[in-house]
Amino acid sequence: MTVHTTSPQFKQNAARALHDPQLQKALNNVKQGFIDKRQAAADKLPEFEALRDSARDIKNHTLEHLDLYLEAYEQKVKASGGHVHFARNADEAREIILSICREAGARTVTKGKSMISEEIGINHYLEANGIKPVETDLGEYIIQLRNELPSHIIAPAVHLNATQVEQDFRRVHTHLDAKRDLSEPVQLLTEARAVLRERFLAADVGITGANFLVAETGTSIIVTNEGNGDLTQILPRTHIVLASIEKLVPTLEDASQLLRVLARSATGQEMSVYTTFSTGPRRSGDADGPENYHVVLIDNGRSAMLGTSFEEMLRCIRCGACMNHCPVYHAVGGHAYGWVYPGPMGAVLTPSLIGVDKAGHLPNASTFCGRCESVCPVRIPLPKLMRHWREREFERHLTPASVRSGLSLWSFFAKRPALYRLATRAAMATLGFAGRRRGRFSWLPLAKGWTKHRDFPAPQGETFQARWQRERKGGTA
Amino acid sequence: MSVLASSRSGKPRVGLFVTCLVDLMRPSVGFAAVKLLEDAGCTVEAPVQTCCGQPAYNSGDRGTTRDLAMRIIETFQEFDYVVSPSGSCAGMIRKHYPELFEEDPNWRAKASALAAKTFELTSFLVDVLGVTQVDATYHGAVTYHDSCSGLRELGVRTQPRLLLSSVRGLTLVEMNDSDVCCGFGGTFAVKYSDISGSIVDAKARNVEAAGAPTLLAGDLGCLMNMAGKLSRGGKPVQVRHVAEVLANMTDEPAIGLPREAALKQDQP
Repeated sequence: MTVHTTSPQFKQNAARALHDPQLQKALNNVKQGFIDKRQAAADKLPEFEALRDSARDIKNHTLEHLDLYLEAYEQKVKASGGHVHFARNADEAREIILSICREAGARTVTKGKSMISEEIGINHYLEANGIKPVETDLGEYIIQLRNELPSHIIAPAVHLNATQVEQDFRRVHTHLDAKRDLSEPVQLLTEARAVLRERFLAADVGITGANFLVAETGTSIIVTNEGNGDLTQILPRTHIVLASIEKLVPTLEDASQLLRVLARSATGQEMSVYTTFSTGPRRSGDADGPENYHVVLIDNGRSAMLGTSFEEMLRCIRCGACMNHCPVYHAVGGHAYGWVYPGPMGAVLTPSLIGVDKAGHLPNASTFCGRCESVCPVRIPLPKLMRHWREREFERHLTPASVRSGLSLWSFFAKRPALYRLATRAAMATLGFAGRRRGRFSWLPLAKGWTKHRDFPAPQGETFQARWQRERKGGTA
Repeated sequence: MSVLASSRSGKPRVGLFVTCLVDLMRPSVGFAAVKLLEDAGCTVEAPVQTCCGQPAYNSGDRGTTRDLAMRIIETFQEFDYVVSPSGSCAGMIRKHYPELFEEDPNWRAKASALAAKTFELTSFLVDVLGVTQVDATYHGAVTYHDSCSGLRELGVRTQPRLLLSSVRGLTLVEMNDSDVCCGFGGTFAVKYSDISGSIVDAKARNVEAAGAPTLLAGDLGCLMNMAGKLSRGGKPVQVRHVAEVLANMTDEPAIGLPREAALKQDQP
């Protein structure tokens, strides 16, 4: 089992989000912030499109030989004095992590930002076992205080505003002066930094995710803008890297190519502020670093995607560009998707990981506008993969009965051109006549979904094919 | 044979794929397309036709999609070109038909052959026929919405703008986010009505902010969605398919406006 999902209630989640004025305001920042910055960064780099091809090819090559690269990586980590653990699912991953923490006698654990840790629900598990996890990425720290899931994979608290954060800090940081001024964002930042500094120093174990794992060196790489990842992995005696198996890349050269598209696609930066490489525990002579270095490699549904039409999704490097450019994400935000991964990448990945019976709405809730695919740094054909999910649903009769029956009625006529022309001619004549005075309908039977938000323009009355037949006799029927 | 037919007259023989929505809702767009193609020197025919299958395709029903695609392929394979006043439907044939027949080499070859000669209207005029101007007059400012499939599947962006720049009296005013989806998405507009409503609301605000009294686009689905939203909000924007303006055929009332001119004063 992984974390709780509300994906089956996507429609209700979305309706709530659409009526939340504070959320709607926050989502405007996504629209304005990320898109222009990515575009500017892409425009500044003449080889950006070629780099995207190269990034796609590197990931494809790795996935084709994933078993070999996993083994090579494992050997390198061991050779550098680290430990590698393989977890088939979330349960196994949690048990492995808990046992490492217990071995280290851990009471508190600091954490860098990691989506896989959200996926396996490690925080609640550690807490239930008497170990206190502390998120150290500012956004993650805030949502941990609120007991929420991230609403965006790189900007977890993007759904919140400063006033909400201030209220949370006052509620939780009760050891500080109640009259302190927190009206400026920089004051919130300073307070979080001071509180977190003590946690960094007190932590027994540090857990980070990984943006890339390098097979040739046994290195894990993380990128952050706050430096919290470095403090998380350097200060405690034990460092645990959590990563899903598709994070592998063959070489450092490959990783650096992917880094060149990652930050540009994500935030429009050329590079993130910190790019941190870690290879094994502290060696004699090293100034710092952990005594124990563990890597937990988690499958949790990935290997089942290999060799299927969803394998391409495993190229994803979690930049968030797809959701930043998605009109549906802009409208409803990340929480509406109901599980760990929102937006277009979530709409493809979530059904793979928790089942299309639960997450069936997500690949359907897309206009197929294709903007996600047009910005994906590893060129994942997201609309095509969402369509594949719709095909699976249709095959398994998970498509709603109303859609199925509407579709079969339509195709019945569409396959019979003579009948089609007769029926549409009559229908359009009727509708055209009924709508001739106003030119539009504000209500139509069977079209409530349409007319709830917009008028239905009236047809002109005669069909094209009827008029063509009459005027030109050009048809071959 | 099409090659013989076209070489005999020296004119490209074009099969007009009119699309369901233009056939049913707004035939004048189809006739505007015919005029543009004939003015550009084509012979145009409109064989009896139904749907390209896109609604079934996007609903996950590949079987029905293939059945409908096979009909379209058989109907249109004889022409030199297939042209459609829709980026979405042309994109379906051009980009998706070959994918439908991956396991069937015979049909795949036919689908690929049709795909290669199928074009969206403005892109056909500009990219294939080399048209750079049209003989039309339209007084006032217009703003143009880039429909998603045309833009991202077929690269339709500069072509309609180039042709519009030759229309006498017309000024193009770009709106913000002209390349962002209007929220139509076919059945999406009905299945996820609330989300679609919110997306088209944002589009309507951008249209209004542009300040042009006319909104044009190349896909009737998007146009009906935007026109319906604008009229629901009481916004007096004239919404038309770009072909109507390019063909100088703007006598028909704009989308969603009354057909009975005498009763126009009833309008809010």
